[in-house]
Amino acid sequence: MIRFGSGALGRVVRSGVGRRRVQTLVIAVATMMAVASAVVAGSLMVATNAPFDHAFARQHGAHLTASFDPGRVSAAQLAGTRDLEGVTASAGPFPATTIKPVGRDGGHLPALTLVGRSGPGKDVDALDLKSGRWARKSGEIVLAASFSGQFLELGSTLMSSDAADARTLTVVGFALSAGGSAEMWATPDEVRSLASGDGGLTSQMLYRFDSAATKSQIAADRKRLGAALPSGALVGTQSWLDTKRAADQGAAATIPFLFAFGVLGIVMSVIIVGSVISGAVGTSLRRIGILKAVGFTPREVVRAYVAQALIPAAAGIALGVVLGNLLAVPLLNDTESVYGTVSLSVAWWVDVVVPAGALLVVAVAALVPALRAGRLRTVEAIAVGRAPRTTRGQWAHRAAGRLPLPRPVTYGLASPFAHPVRAIAMVLAVAFGTVAATFAVGLTQSLDAVANAQDPENRADVTVVSGGPSGSGPGTVEKRQKPPPGGSRQAPAGAGPNQGQASADPAAVRAAIAAQPGTASYYGTATGDATVSGISGTVRATLYQGDSRPGGYEMIAGHWISGRGQVVVPTGFLERTGTRIGDSVRVTFQKETVSLRIVGEAFDTSDDGMRVHADLDSFAKAEPGVFHVEVKSGVSAADYAQKLAGVVKPLGGDAFAESAPEGENMIVLLEAMAALLTLMLVSVAGLGVLNSVVLDTRERVHDLGVCKALGMSPRQTVSLVLASVAGIGVVGGLIGVPAGFALHGYVLPVMGRSAGTGLPPSVLDVYDTSQLVLLGLAGVLVAVLGAMAPAGWAAKVRTATALRTE
Amino acid sequence: MTHVIELEGVAKRYGGADAPALGPVDLCVAQGEALAVTGPSGSGKSTLLNLVAGLDRPSEGTVTVAGQRVDRMGEHALARFRRERIGMVFQFFNLLDDLTVADNIRLPAQLTGTARRAAASRAGELMEVLGIQKHARAYPGRLSGGERQRVAVARALVNKPALLLADEPTGALDTASGQDVRELLVDLHRGGQTVVLVTHDLELARACATRTIHLVDGHVAVDTHAEAVR
Repeated sequence: MIRFGSGALGRVVRSGVGRRRVQTLVIAVATMMAVASAVVAGSLMVATNAPFDHAFARQHGAHLTASFDPGRVSAAQLAGTRDLEGVTASAGPFPATTIKPVGRDGGHLPALTLVGRSGPGKDVDALDLKSGRWARKSGEIVLAASFSGQFLELGSTLMSSDAADARTLTVVGFALSAGGSAEMWATPDEVRSLASGDGGLTSQMLYRFDSAATKSQIAADRKRLGAALPSGALVGTQSWLDTKRAADQGAAATIPFLFAFGVLGIVMSVIIVGSVISGAVGTSLRRIGILKAVGFTPREVVRAYVAQALIPAAAGIALGVVLGNLLAVPLLNDTESVYGTVSLSVAWWVDVVVPAGALLVVAVAALVPALRAGRLRTVEAIAVGRAPRTTRGQWAHRAAGRLPLPRPVTYGLASPFAHPVRAIAMVLAVAFGTVAATFAVGLTQSLDAVANAQDPENRADVTVVSGGPSGSGPGTVEKRQKPPPGGSRQAPAGAGPNQGQASADPAAVRAAIAAQPGTASYYGTATGDATVSGISGTVRATLYQGDSRPGGYEMIAGHWISGRGQVVVPTGFLERTGTRIGDSVRVTFQKETVSLRIVGEAFDTSDDGMRVHADLDSFAKAEPGVFHVEVKSGVSAADYAQKLAGVVKPLGGDAFAESAPEGENMIVLLEAMAALLTLMLVSVAGLGVLNSVVLDTRERVHDLGVCKALGMSPRQTVSLVLASVAGIGVVGGLIGVPAGFALHGYVLPVMGRSAGTGLPPSVLDVYDTSQLVLLGLAGVLVAVLGAMAPAGWAAKVRTATALRTE
Repeated sequence: MTHVIELEGVAKRYGGADAPALGPVDLCVAQGEALAVTGPSGSGKSTLLNLVAGLDRPSEGTVTVAGQRVDRMGEHALARFRRERIGMVFQFFNLLDDLTVADNIRLPAQLTGTARRAAASRAGELMEVLGIQKHARAYPGRLSGGERQRVAVARALVNKPALLLADEPTGALDTASGQDVRELLVDLHRGGQTVVLVTHDLELARACATRTIHLVDGHVAVDTHAEAVR
């Protein structure tokens, strides 16, 4: 600004900025919102770019987590492995064991790897201590951050096992290991002490290698490691590639969604900043002419007007960066918890590139009309505003004048055609805002549909546990929370109400349910591990007895099981096995092998899609362990469950009413993010309209004064200004709604594929016609809201003042 | 005698100025009268016209036009008052460039809610009377100054106003066009139209007006009606 400081040019710039306060304010606010949106969008796009890799690199994650038998290899031998060929860094040995802690309420946590470390580490697997502090003494533990939540918090206590002499462990911190080296940490002495009871002490070593990018490289590294130590010393390894695959699959689902919003935000920012600035300079042609008449050179005029745009824009950009960072923090925290990665922050280069890009857009947007103005002959520039305007848009006035609408409305409707470029910018702003709103509404509904489609057995009013010999056992009634992507969270099992009791005879329980007044319908399930020919390891099998349609999964293709010999499987199963609907698979459940025909593809994302749902009658020996009951209308599920429990408890079973399912963390977070991002984009669209209408109203203030002098009332003036954007809102809505619809139709399947599943129609076909019409009207609403302030100003401006305005 | 305009103790100050731009002024204009307001630049002529038209509000005093207290009206009532009672002709025509001649003339009628056909019919009559019918579909930018002022007069008369206000109606016209407009105003007055004319042009004032007031520094220095009464 030194060049514009004290001279005549500086005064011109300062007076120009000060004279048009409203426009200066609008430029600053519009730029601020656009830059804030771009910072948020850019940050999210950066965060979605390989979040696991970034977290892993930041923590110097271990390429290989190795467990050794301390009876076969000494600590010194293990420490010496850091000098092996290919090893670039190592940490350990750390004492490690596996414990199965029990909550204060008696619920069991899954088996967890407990490692003894004196601190979070530095060179390899530098843990991110999310909250609390590191364990310092006996009885203190640090838990994996994925456990932090409503069940466990700082200060919570767990028992080390369900044994009578179990130790009390107090949670003093939550930490995150990107490489997943353990789920629980304590002091080394504490781990040795806890392990002595079970006799399961191992030594954990963490390694980084110079080549560990592929499975074969990791295998070679592992082979070298095993060969360097006594035979049988290496008892287990965990590759970072497996952890990465699991983490990426979970995070990948959100990437298309965040990317879509990011692109929308950046494109809108460029359009709005460009139109705001070029419009502001374009309306100053007459003043530019006067400046030239009093002796300013074209170059000075150009510099003055570029600077005049840059001053409020720079202020807006600075504020936008601050606002963007403030808004990005909670969103990144959300993203962080969705991805289960280390702390995310706005990348420094986003805070540099976005404002630099915005300044460039502002400069270019100002330069083009300023150069045009600089080239204008002085008399021509001065004549702007005095001479009759161009003939642009006269045809529109003729056409609109024939519409059977009040004259102020038809006059307003034709107005945008006088400035087609400005009108196009407004249409684009409204269209992008409508795209964002349409996409967000669809996404929210889709996510709700996903939430509703999960765990359909939870839809039952009452769950009755029989136990039984099906292998499901009482443990199957554990109210499990879905693990976050890349994580392995499990809430301490509240445990079934009958945990530890003897099993009831399923037939007796079934008879009790059938006899219980208030029963509308019921079906039984048996759950357990099964093997499928051609697949290594086990898959989770759920077998259904009776009319299981109320508990059936949403179908992507085919139909739900309707009889014996049928099986329904998720997308992941079909892809892993290379099978299709109509194919047969051999399933072994409790040593009984049957051939089942695949009749449907279910929307079931649990267990990585490796599940089978079949008719229980297909397996002669299987018995249901759980019954899901629908009660008759008007019957209290709680009362029903209480009464039924009184009947089945003596048999060894139990009954309890299901509570309403809680929203999934990830879905709630995505919905909140979608709402905030949409609000920002719609606000930017509204500001774009506001700016254009301010420019338009200022330009037409004399005409408005004439109309008011002829008797146009304030209400008619408002309707004229609002009508001038109503058409733009309609067109923007007509473009934005189908585009948002198409974006939803494109992004959702991509999200599904990233998560390893297809999506059922209930998730994809979420819009109804009336909703689309309303969303289209939202375009009009955005435009009208953006025009409200200038319309009010136009109505209030004194007629005599308006008539004096050139 | 019925007065179309009654000003009592009317003064107008702009901003925080101590000295009023106009007044205090007392003035009555009878129905059918043609009043010319003359005076040097800054004498308050246009301010007086704006107050009578309800385009501005007095700092003091009362303004009554066609029996209605203009100074007390809200913006909506003022708008209705203007479109029903006042016709205005400006020095620089103030036609809307994006509307055709016919649309410009029809506009005040349409603002009152007059049916499209009736408004078109009334505009057609006026264009015929004023000799601009051939320009009905033309845009103002293509007309001469005299023709544009005829369009402005037609627009001012479309709602048959009680009062026609003309602010320097020949100020932007060449001699021939000015003469043309002068004759038009004389004809209108002869037809019974009450006219208030603000002008620098004493010749125009003499030709068109039955009464002239001369303003100096916001005060009435000369009123030919008062002199005649004396």
